[in-house]
Amino acid sequence: MNLAPVFINIFAIGCLFLSFVKDRRKTKQAVKIAVKSFIKIIPTILLIVVLVGLLLGFVPHVVISKFMGNQSGIDGIFLSALLGAILYIPSIVAFPLAASFLKAGASITAVAIFITTLTMIGFVTLPLEVKELGKKIALLRNGISLLLAILIGVIIGTIL
Amino acid sequence: MKQSQKPKQRKETIKSWLFFAASLAFTIVLLVIFPNRQTAVIKSSWQIFMEMFWILPAVMLLIGFFAVWVPKEMIVRLMGKTSGIRGIGLSLLLGSLPTGPLYVAFPMAAALIKKGARVSNMIIFLSAWACIKIPQEMVELQFLGARFMALRLGLTIIFVIIMGVFIERAVESKATEKGKK
Repeated sequence: MNLAPVFINIFAIGCLFLSFVKDRRKTKQAVKIAVKSFIKIIPTILLIVVLVGLLLGFVPHVVISKFMGNQSGIDGIFLSALLGAILYIPSIVAFPLAASFLKAGASITAVAIFITTLTMIGFVTLPLEVKELGKKIALLRNGISLLLAILIGVIIGTIL
Repeated sequence: MKQSQKPKQRKETIKSWLFFAASLAFTIVLLVIFPNRQTAVIKSSWQIFMEMFWILPAVMLLIGFFAVWVPKEMIVRLMGKTSGIRGIGLSLLLGSLPTGPLYVAFPMAAALIKKGARVSNMIIFLSAWACIKIPQEMVELQFLGARFMALRLGLTIIFVIIMGVFIERAVESKATEKGKK
């Protein structure tokens, strides 16, 4: 199991306790802000839940491996950038997967691009990003990250 | 100001629910057509739901405390317009702490911007959060080797800082134009 949620919950409860001891009114205000912002993002969260289910349910990892395994060249670059941008895979799973692509014959460039777009670009979490940061920042960040990923991949491919 | 925001917000919320309803309906239709995918889809959805369920309430609570307790001047000083290289360093550092998936960072960045952090620093923060996780790098090292990891990490940091500055310019030039009107 991932430790992050355990850590973050303990931390939040610790803060709640500290805040309550220090100032009850401020604590109440903080909880109110928390509840309000949580209610606001519920529909977006549910949307992400459905999108992730669709994606992973219809495009399992085995299919991705077969698809990307022996991609190289220009089409491999775009395919891996696109796959990384659309897919939602926890990074701990992503690296072994990327290593298996390498073994199956994918180029280093394609793998570097895949990892970079996978971590930096979140197609399924885009609704939440737009909601929190606005359309402009979200679209610019994802779009530029896509270009950067390709650039990073090509540089790594030439050096290594 | 508040009066003009309220109906807009309500409209946004309705839109989000409609999006969700549409995607749910679409999924149900697909699952009726492809019944053999049902278990895989439901299992994946359930997993991500539980993941978010355990993280997001705590994150929202932390954002609440952040809003109430952290003074604005502190964020402006540490990550605002004049924070310079130290602001960039702090954003990188904060982002690389092992604290869960990227969607957690969106509301945090939004809260920080509200308190006066610069947009460029928040882009750096988000990108660091996305791809410079310490445990994650251990796995990359193990599976893809030290040279690959170091090179990818180094390039990412450089490009991300450039991207941050660029996005900030793009966002703020538009904002000032609007202000003039």
